[in-house]
Amino acid sequence: MENWYWMTLVVLIGLTVRWTVSLNPYSGAGKPPMFGDYEAQRHWQEITFNLPVKDWYFNSSDNNLQYWGLDYPPLTAYHSLLCAYVAEFINPDWVALHTSRGYESQAHKLFMRTTVLVADLFIYIPAVLLYCYSLKEISPKRKMAVALCILLYPGLILIDYGHFQDIYNSVSLGFALWGVLGVSYDWDLLGSLAFCLALNYKQMELYHSLPFFCFLLGKCFKKVTFKIACTVLASFLLCWLPFFTEREHALQVLRRLFPVDRGLFEDKVANIWCSVNVFLKIKEILPRHIQLAISFCLTFLSLLPACIKLTLQPSSKGFRFTLVSCALSFFLFSFQVHEKSILLVSLPVCLVLNEIPFMSTWFLLVSTFSMLPLLLKDELLMPSVVTVMAFLVVCVTSFPLCESTSEEQLQLTPFAVSVRRRLPGFTFLPRIIQYLFLSSVITMVLLTILSVTLNPPQKLPDLFSVLVCSVSCINFIFFLVYFNIVIVWDSKNGRNRKKIK
Amino acid sequence: MAAFTLAASGDHWFSALALGVTLLKCLLIPTYHSTDFEVHRNWLAITHSLPISQWYYEATSEWTLDYPPFFAWFEYALSHIAKYFDQEMLNIHNLNYFSSRTLLFQRFSVILTDALFFYAVHECCKCIDGKKTSKELTEKPKFILSVLLLWNFGLLIVDHIHFQYNGFLSGLMLLSIARLFQKRHMEGAFLFAVLLHFKHIYLYVAPAYGIYLLRSYCFTASKPDGTVRWDSFSFVRVISLGLIVFLVSALSLGPFIALNQMPQVFSRLFPFKRGLCHAYWAPNFWALYNALDKALSVIGLELKFLDPNQIPRASMTSGLVQQFQHTVLPSVSPLATLICTLIAILPSVFCLWFKPQGPRGFLRCLVLCALSSFMFGWHVHEKAILLAILPMSILSVEKAGDATIFLILTTTGHYSLFPLLFTAPELPIKILLMLLFTVYSISSLKTLFRKEKPLFNWMETVYLLGLGPLEVCCEFIFPLTSWKLKYPFIPLLLTSVYCAVGITYAWARLYVSVLTGCFVSKTKKQ
Repeated sequence: MENWYWMTLVVLIGLTVRWTVSLNPYSGAGKPPMFGDYEAQRHWQEITFNLPVKDWYFNSSDNNLQYWGLDYPPLTAYHSLLCAYVAEFINPDWVALHTSRGYESQAHKLFMRTTVLVADLFIYIPAVLLYCYSLKEISPKRKMAVALCILLYPGLILIDYGHFQDIYNSVSLGFALWGVLGVSYDWDLLGSLAFCLALNYKQMELYHSLPFFCFLLGKCFKKVTFKIACTVLASFLLCWLPFFTEREHALQVLRRLFPVDRGLFEDKVANIWCSVNVFLKIKEILPRHIQLAISFCLTFLSLLPACIKLTLQPSSKGFRFTLVSCALSFFLFSFQVHEKSILLVSLPVCLVLNEIPFMSTWFLLVSTFSMLPLLLKDELLMPSVVTVMAFLVVCVTSFPLCESTSEEQLQLTPFAVSVRRRLPGFTFLPRIIQYLFLSSVITMVLLTILSVTLNPPQKLPDLFSVLVCSVSCINFIFFLVYFNIVIVWDSKNGRNRKKIK
Repeated sequence: MAAFTLAASGDHWFSALALGVTLLKCLLIPTYHSTDFEVHRNWLAITHSLPISQWYYEATSEWTLDYPPFFAWFEYALSHIAKYFDQEMLNIHNLNYFSSRTLLFQRFSVILTDALFFYAVHECCKCIDGKKTSKELTEKPKFILSVLLLWNFGLLIVDHIHFQYNGFLSGLMLLSIARLFQKRHMEGAFLFAVLLHFKHIYLYVAPAYGIYLLRSYCFTASKPDGTVRWDSFSFVRVISLGLIVFLVSALSLGPFIALNQMPQVFSRLFPFKRGLCHAYWAPNFWALYNALDKALSVIGLELKFLDPNQIPRASMTSGLVQQFQHTVLPSVSPLATLICTLIAILPSVFCLWFKPQGPRGFLRCLVLCALSSFMFGWHVHEKAILLAILPMSILSVEKAGDATIFLILTTTGHYSLFPLLFTAPELPIKILLMLLFTVYSISSLKTLFRKEKPLFNWMETVYLLGLGPLEVCCEFIFPLTSWKLKYPFIPLLLTSVYCAVGITYAWARLYVSVLTGCFVSKTKKQ
């Protein structure tokens, strides 16, 4: 009874913050001719509503792919279609073919914001609540605290409700979370179904696919089951059914989904390529197929240790940590990454919030900071600062952050023990991490203040955004190393514990 | 900001609560703001660019200065910060001026002055007795009280969306109450005198202060049966109290007396030309009275007791015009409302005099004064209910009976504020915030008093649950029906009548509990 009311309060706070952020401007508001991601989403509603399924992904006189052509998998298109039906019911002008381009009004903004809130309310929020509710070995209060922290994670709120990304992150991440829930609690079929839905909503969910695959594979070694394979195949077939009429059609959809010819990276993104680009213009030196090969190899190598570990020793905890490290590897090394893809890393980090509150909070702050140039462009400074502070306040009150930097709480004990065998004086790890945290936070605050107050020099108009990206990238590399250490040494820890028992 | 300073005092959770609500207020900055935003901008301009002799005469804008002098000085002080934000907002002739910097300045002026409110809440929390304190932090009366006050729904929407400065004014009131609880009577009296010169609506609760200070401070002792001992009268105390009130008033009104402007100031402060009820009827006795009149006239027309030609036109669109003409029942004059208010206040004040029960008795009397004036006052605003809700919060965490009254009063009172925000983007905000506060207040008080009998009987439960369907009907179903154009006033009428029932009930129950407390303890002693 009592838990029930705390849960209601947590959801209400989450919803209130979401809706208040949504009162702010969205990307590309009043900026013709291309507008922004908001217009992309509205345009897809127009396309899916007015054109037959077979024309959605093809260039035609009614569907100019240069103007926000559909470049997400079918489930996104179906969702747009559903929203379009509601839009048409309220005001047909919103989805009229051709004439509705660049349509903007208060009522329409309200409608678009509501669609996000509804999707969030039905997919993401229940998954978060169920996840926190099923956490083991912690008090109900702590469960609620974790739920509140996850629901108040500023990155997702700002991108979905402020910036208004063309894809509803809460839906794809929500499905992925249902997948995690299913797989961790041995409802493998439900889990793989949910994850397939996520994958068919947003192809970037591939970042999470390897851990899912490895975890399920590891489980299958113990008890062979073909049901999972059938579920995966069936759900894919169902989503892609309208596109299987012709071979060319399916290929075109795939080409739209993976636009290899758009280059190694676009805009400013906090990954390796963009940061290296400051010193070395890779895009111009190397031909495209070599770029592709290098990025593929690096990604593969960086996620290999975690994936092998997971396949050999599948555990629910290892699964969540591997999700983090794989998504992070993809974000740092893979081809054509968007700055908003960091949300795909943030979701699994939210899931380990309970185990390593200090590192998770730190990571979530950095991830929000890495999107600063984008948020500034959308005039979302005020809600960004406020939600970040609110998140920090909630985290600090829920978890005693300052006291949770011991080796034990950072899950680094096995690593430190094994290093100490060679290097007996190795006891300064927590101290180092505290200093790193402080310097990272100070850099972030300073850079934020600088990029808000100062105008960059004329020769270097992108100075601050490049700095923001590089600083975040360095942080992310550190996190990648940290998470890999935790994953690789974790099994030994398990064995040690067994020995003690 | 205040939260940071309070953090030093070791109340980790209090600063988290205060900081949290401050951040929420910052998120509310881009929301809708009412004409009160322009009112306060205009006052900034008046006090900044005109000499003091012109303040109460200036009438370029229709929003003339109608608060007492201290508030004018407050705006004057603010205007000196405002000029660094946007000089243009300080120009009297820039009517309805708006810029994003003006918005930021005005919103932040409200948010920052709330620091005083935080401090007052912090002081109030010290005054509650923590006898049956539970180990769990969230079940401590202190914690519950600070959430109820800091996260008060009414203050949030009236101050930070609708736009007014009730935060720091309520802070002054709570602080003076806290000082009376702490036996620092002179300070309490001083703060209240200052408050009166900030906003004269607090005159409603002045009788409680006057009688309490006279009875429990100026008379230093009572007879064993609780009646007054006339020989214990302390002249020093009376004179020092009088001096404080006199000095504060002199500081505030002195310049205007010197300029011989008092009649003008008073005509601005007490505009009796306005109607009995505001455009939207505040949920009080007169709302019920008007509704009864309306019902009788409709019945009368149906049964042909009344002649349609004799019915004044305006009453057909009642709820939209300021002047409401009664058709069946006698019309109400300002004097009548004044007499009704006085009669309603008297018993509680008598109780305070003949049976003083310390600061808690005083607080009850104060709430009763505020509620009675809300019930019977002339041209009452729905926002005035906050005057009763905030002090009532302090009582609610100490006694189960008071908690019930508080919950009914707050829930209906807060719901009656809904028509203040009528724009679509704010609809989810008000519903979410209202649910947040209501769910918290009901469940936390239920947990606090779980050992006692249930807080609500079935009738009260049904009444409170009825607010949900009422909201759905008024704001979701009604706009889709054809009545929207023909009878646009129906949602407002329904809301105010429905809420008036709850508030009247809460008022009556509080009165009964005070009066029985007064008589029962008296007979017991005898």
